[in-house]
Amino acid sequence: MQRFFTDAAEYLPILLQGVGLTIVVTIGSLILSTVLGLMWALMRVSGIKVLDWTAKIFVNFIRGVPIIVQLFYIYFVLPDMGIALSALQAAIIGLGIAYSAYQSENFRAGIEAIDHGQIEAAQSIGMGWWMIMRRVILPQAIRIVLPPYGNIMIMMLKDSSQASTITVAELAMQGKLIASATFKNTSVFTMVAILYLCMSLPLMYLVSRLEKHYATGRR
Amino acid sequence: MIVLENVHKSFGTNHVLRGFSTRIEKGEIVCIIGPSGSGKSTVLRCINGLEAYDQGTIRIGETKVNRDDKSIVDVRKRVSMVFQRFNLFPHRTALENVTEGPIYVKGEPRERAEERGRRLLARVGLAEKETAHPPQLSGGQQQRVAIARALAMEPEAILFDEPTSALDPELVGEVLAVMKSLAEEGMTMVIVTHEIAFAREVADRAIFMDQGVIVEEGPARDMLSAPKQPRTQDFLRRVTHPI
Repeated sequence: MQRFFTDAAEYLPILLQGVGLTIVVTIGSLILSTVLGLMWALMRVSGIKVLDWTAKIFVNFIRGVPIIVQLFYIYFVLPDMGIALSALQAAIIGLGIAYSAYQSENFRAGIEAIDHGQIEAAQSIGMGWWMIMRRVILPQAIRIVLPPYGNIMIMMLKDSSQASTITVAELAMQGKLIASATFKNTSVFTMVAILYLCMSLPLMYLVSRLEKHYATGRR
Repeated sequence: MIVLENVHKSFGTNHVLRGFSTRIEKGEIVCIIGPSGSGKSTVLRCINGLEAYDQGTIRIGETKVNRDDKSIVDVRKRVSMVFQRFNLFPHRTALENVTEGPIYVKGEPRERAEERGRRLLARVGLAEKETAHPPQLSGGQQQRVAIARALAMEPEAILFDEPTSALDPELVGEVLAVMKSLAEEGMTMVIVTHEIAFAREVADRAIFMDQGVIVEEGPARDMLSAPKQPRTQDFLRRVTHPI
């Protein structure tokens, strides 16, 4: 135990640098996947066949290829086509695109769960498609979408470790580097696990708070 | 004001409207009655453009109703709808439900819309419920908010699609009372209903539909008291004396 604390004190600063990058990758890809996912979902429910099918094909394509392969593709293959990205950019874009597929299924389920009568009521007071989405459907869908969204957030935090495969020195990568240099596997990987928990547990708490918030005054 | 000429509508192989024609004049109150599946609600939904029709013409004043055209927004501003299941927005307060259309569709200044919204809520007897969310209201209260929401658009006519059918029996009266007061003020109303007594008292004209066509129509009081067609007689007997 004593050993663990002295090791912790020594390696924590380096691991915290990794934590910084983990957070950057997670937040960056979370934003990208949310925007893209919402776009896919809106295309799916637009009622316009071309958009529906385009989104469907994209989403299945993304879902059918492992994240790690998508990362390799963006980081190692795109430069051959003249698109050179930094490792961090490639990680954010890769994870963002990969997760947009899950986001989109979640958003679509939320949108389709809203009673059709809501759309008719909105139409009957003269609202158009966009306004119905913005003022009527999406605000209600949030309540349904939020719990799975929280889980996706936590999965993304953990999957950000896959960025290490394309040389992003995030938390898991820093841990592995220290461990292989010092052979202090137990101390280092215990710390890595604790640091991930320190990030994911508050996220879980936040999600349950939000769920309660959206549940007030509703059925 | 509202003209339907030879309107046909099918859902797949189900031919719901088979040449429905009528004219509704300004200030007129028309009740449509008939067995379920006779196409009553479909008539309303076609007038409002919630449903497309296959053949014939529907016009609101000079505007042809076409749900795929931009003009449908104008049609919906002029003709409001009240639904069987209220369809209030559950994430907004009673007042916000009423002001949603005026503010976001008609672009009215918020203050003016809210002031009118409060007046309308008071009018349907719900002044004190302005900050309540729909799930906190009874069915009768929700339907009255829905009527206020329809009125807030300052429509030329309101379509009521079985407005009391989803209500507990003891709450039907409060909704009918509000509708009656609207009728007395000269609002043009088309009401699909099973409330025969209400129709007889309030409506100018009654239409009895079956299998997508008008079987009989006439002044509400006469027709609903002494229908001529055997099919109408049979239906009314069964609705007013179920046992």
